[in-house]
Amino acid sequence: MIIYTLSFYLFSTIAVLSALMVISSKNSVHSVLFLILSFVNAAGLFVLLGAEFLAMILLVVYVGAVAVLFLFVVMMLDINYIKLREGFLQYLPFGVLLGIVLIVELGIAFFTETFSEMSLVEYAQMPEITITENTKLLGFVLYTKYFYLFQISGIILLVAMIGSITLTLRQREISKKQIISDQNNADASKAIIKKKIKLREGI
Amino acid sequence: MTSITIDHFLFLGAILFTIGVLGIFLNKKNVIIILMSVELILLAVNINFIAFSSFLGDISGQIFAMFTLTVAAAEAAIGLAILVVFFRNLGSIEVEKIRKLKG
Repeated sequence: MIIYTLSFYLFSTIAVLSALMVISSKNSVHSVLFLILSFVNAAGLFVLLGAEFLAMILLVVYVGAVAVLFLFVVMMLDINYIKLREGFLQYLPFGVLLGIVLIVELGIAFFTETFSEMSLVEYAQMPEITITENTKLLGFVLYTKYFYLFQISGIILLVAMIGSITLTLRQREISKKQIISDQNNADASKAIIKKKIKLREGI
Repeated sequence: MTSITIDHFLFLGAILFTIGVLGIFLNKKNVIIILMSVELILLAVNINFIAFSSFLGDISGQIFAMFTLTVAAAEAAIGLAILVVFFRNLGSIEVEKIRKLKG
């Protein structure tokens, strides 16, 4: 139990501090790296909560794909980051005030009614989470009860893929392109020339 | 030292959410940081979903966290694609210059 408590505080402290560094770091590359650190610690918290599959998904999908995509874009664009930070200090007092208001509101929302574990169990639909392992349980529900949502999320990913490809595709002048109508209109009479060549003279 | 209850996780989610909102407010010029702040907000939402799922003993929260991850990945891909196109056209990623759709 003491290890659980200590690891919760370790993971959550590092997650919060690296999230703060994400929004306050001068270099965007450092921001992306701190975002990765934050995600890794959140994955540790997911393991503590017993959601091992989602922790691994977070590592593979977020750290492996999304954060690296961010890193590619940040390094590919040639941007003057100093200029982009103008106004950071100007908005800081207002932003901190707004943050305090927001966190106080969220705290009031959470702690006026305490969520003791006894009262929470009454709302539970399927209290069988500890019977079998996490991944197996997700598989039981995902392909039966949430099958349509699963299909729709596949369509969302397809649309996102097509959208990002069509947005970033550009026609280059130098690239050779296949013109289907020209190929279909070609016939032998245009492509082949018959010539009478005299003997021993050549063309 | 007290044992960890759901309140700890909810408060962690609230702190991460607030940091995400602060990031949107403070970095008003840099679109990349704003996209990263949105990712932080979605991470906070996921922590809430999974904390409730774990403490309620209900697997639905984890399913919805998974769908949130899917939508967040799609959103990041589209957002970064728009960002690349925008940078190619204007040579800048300042938010204030994004006003082509303004009438």
